Amino acid sequence: MAATTTDTLPRRMWLGGIEPMKASYGKLMMWFFLISDTFTFSALLVSYGLVRFSYPAYDGAVADFTFSNLYWPIPEKVYEAVPFLHGIELPLVFVGIMTFILIFSSVTMVLAVEAGHRMDRSAVEVYMLWTILGGFTFLGCQAWEWAHFIHGTEGGSVIREIVDGQWVERTIFGANLTENQYGPPAFADFFFFITGFHGTHVFSGVLLNILIYYRSATGYYDRRGHYEMVEKVGLYWHFVDLVWVFVFTFFYLV
Amino acid sequence: MSTLSTGTDVVVYEEEHVHHDDPNFWRKYIFSEDHKVIAKQYLITGIFWAMLGIAMSVVFRIQLGFPDADISWLKPVLGQWISETGKLDPNFYLALVTMHGTIMVFFVLTAGLSGTFSNFLIPLQIGARDMASGFLNMLSYWFFFTASVVMFASLFLQTGPAAGGWVVYPPLSALPQAHLGSELGMSLWLISMALFIVSQLLGGINYITTVINLRTRGMTFNKLPLTIWAFLITAVLGLISFPVLLSAALLLIFDRNFGTSFYLSEIYIAGEALPNVGGSPILFQHLFWFLGHPEVYIVLLPALGITSEIIATNSRKPIFGYRAMIASLLGIAFLAFIVWAHHMFVTGMNPFLGSVFMFLTLIIAVPSAVKAFNYITTLWKGNIVFTPAMLFSIGLVSFFVSGGLTGIILGNSALDIQLHDTYFVVAHFHIVMGAASAFGFFAGVYHWFPKMFGRMMNNTLGQIHFWMTFIGVYLVFFPLHYIGIAGFPRRYYQFTTYDFTSSYTDLNMFVTVAAILTFFAQFIFIYNFFSSIFTGKRSPQNPWRSNTLEWTTPIKPGHGNWPGEIPAVYRWSYDYSKPGAAEDFIPQNVPYSQTLESNLPHENEEIKMEAEIEAQNFNDQFDQPH
Repeated sequence: MAATTTDTLPRRMWLGGIEPMKASYGKLMMWFFLISDTFTFSALLVSYGLVRFSYPAYDGAVADFTFSNLYWPIPEKVYEAVPFLHGIELPLVFVGIMTFILIFSSVTMVLAVEAGHRMDRSAVEVYMLWTILGGFTFLGCQAWEWAHFIHGTEGGSVIREIVDGQWVERTIFGANLTENQYGPPAFADFFFFITGFHGTHVFSGVLLNILIYYRSATGYYDRRGHYEMVEKVGLYWHFVDLVWVFVFTFFYLV
Repeated sequence: MSTLSTGTDVVVYEEEHVHHDDPNFWRKYIFSEDHKVIAKQYLITGIFWAMLGIAMSVVFRIQLGFPDADISWLKPVLGQWISETGKLDPNFYLALVTMHGTIMVFFVLTAGLSGTFSNFLIPLQIGARDMASGFLNMLSYWFFFTASVVMFASLFLQTGPAAGGWVVYPPLSALPQAHLGSELGMSLWLISMALFIVSQLLGGINYITTVINLRTRGMTFNKLPLTIWAFLITAVLGLISFPVLLSAALLLIFDRNFGTSFYLSEIYIAGEALPNVGGSPILFQHLFWFLGHPEVYIVLLPALGITSEIIATNSRKPIFGYRAMIASLLGIAFLAFIVWAHHMFVTGMNPFLGSVFMFLTLIIAVPSAVKAFNYITTLWKGNIVFTPAMLFSIGLVSFFVSGGLTGIILGNSALDIQLHDTYFVVAHFHIVMGAASAFGFFAGVYHWFPKMFGRMMNNTLGQIHFWMTFIGVYLVFFPLHYIGIAGFPRRYYQFTTYDFTSSYTDLNMFVTVAAILTFFAQFIFIYNFFSSIFTGKRSPQNPWRSNTLEWTTPIKPGHGNWPGEIPAVYRWSYDYSKPGAAEDFIPQNVPYSQTLESNLPHENEEIKMEAEIEAQNFNDQFDQPH
């Protein structure tokens, strides 16, 4: 290598022979993967939007709202339970806590990346542990929310449907992939699919975080001389958080 | 990493070199991370699928051309799918059509074409030791291989492979009870496609990253060969569109197996009402074609890139309109994403929306025409060398023009309503996408075979193969336009047995005979390809007197492609027949300071840059810990 001339000549980013903007190939690959994953989620959310707006919205007074498969439910009425506070209506409180936990785990991830830049191994370990904890807590919350959603309310909802040419009334409790006490079955289908798909992403993120933690704890990155892997997995973790912000918006807010 | 340039690097280089030299058989030929081996794996797998896919089309062409023929001689191969009276099972006809489409579009022209040449040419032509991540590259091939195994296995199911058409529209594909081809075969189709998409994403991420990060010193984006530009843009298209198909396929899997209603609503089947409500089958079509339309450019753009390179080399002229070629690639790629609904004009779409998509569709004619005219003007007054690769490239231009013109007809929503799902559509896309891309594939194989195997393919057999295939393709697909305009629908098992449709019989017979002849012509290629690997004439260093970097490697490049330093690049790859130059080509690694007799005034200015280019050597993969 022409080590003597490198100091005298300016480096040109796009001239070739150099990584533009000093972005390593691994970081670029992560970015491109995230672009493609953006389109995976976009397709799902667009599908959700299309089916949702093919249903009428509930147009009565909010106080009179009841669950029905004839219109799309008001999300505050669906997601209003919090563990240990049985029977109290707390719309969107629990999901708000979940969202806060996930976003807070992004903050600890930023701190881990920053500690990695300083080559501060023990700080990386601490912040990675916090991030892993945040991820597991989020997944646990999601498991509880799913369980509650599947289990249903105490009274259930009465639906009318035609079976063998006769109108039949029956009470259903909770939701699964074929029936749904809170509204049209499509509402539950998309809820399970999209939050499940996101949850799978979070779970893989937690696994990656554990790998990163293990490798920093055993000094792997110290020996390698840099903590770039923390940054790459951090990109993925922030992306998963960002997707959650959209999922949260589409399912819980609008 | 790149900032470290001390003497210790040299030591690292030596060590790395030693432990890379001698991998065992499995690491060298099977689970190889070398881009050249992976490219050959894609190539051989692609050729296998191509022969299978074309053979399938011959079987259903026999059914279409000779519906009364006794084909019990196919019983040893097709078994129960041939009835006692020697007729093809109608269910299997649908399966054949579906598998032919799936195999040719995805396994041959996406994986076989892009997988082979992106892998082979990107590192060689940009001056890199290998792909950015050899491991992901290997993983990409083995995901493709697994997808292939699953798809191949589905051919042997008792209920047959998927048979809902390669577009697998629900509700047909979503309901296993709908027909035989929606049972296990469709599940395996979806699994196979999911694996295939993973393979494409791994490959595409690698291609893009490699082109951005590992260009050799001096290889700026405006000196990149057009092949690389085409592969880069193809990879971007795949990166953005394949994930949408993944989402669509996952939702379909849920509809099939877990009782959801994403695509299903208000369906009666065999007099029984299904409980599904609320979904939309049109939703699947939107998601599918958001991939499906870019997919035709994923198939075509690499072929166009290969053609640009081969036509310039063998016309001994610079490519006409280098920047216009790049701009038209970008234009086509951009438009590819906003025209998908022209596949859906008859779904009950709002006619106003239809006219928007029609307008956008017709704009594609502009960049396409730029490419066609640039090819023709490159050929104009060139010293054309008619190698088999050149013939196939010119054949591609012919198909691109004649198939593109019918695209303008089909892009009109008013005309499409008449022509939709007729053989006119079949004729259009087989010429412009199928045959054109296949010709790009052949051109690439003939052109880069010497680099891949160190030997030459037989020239005479190549010429015979070209003429039989070129004439054959037109004989097959030109009559289909007439059959289509007259109203013959696609995907019908039998349509000529009624009085009012018997007039289609003659042309269909003609097409079938032409298809069989064209199919047999491919065995010339197969023979030429495999025998030349072992007994072909040894290749010279630069058989086509070409400018690009791959011809500066040893005749059979080893691990890392170049022994010693990677060459630097000083000029574009199209300095053919430059006035004043001694030879009629000046390779990209020849500095302007050595060609004073042929330099243009602004090129003399570039001489100042040479020291700087030479010094900027920071991304050699052998110099970095890996």
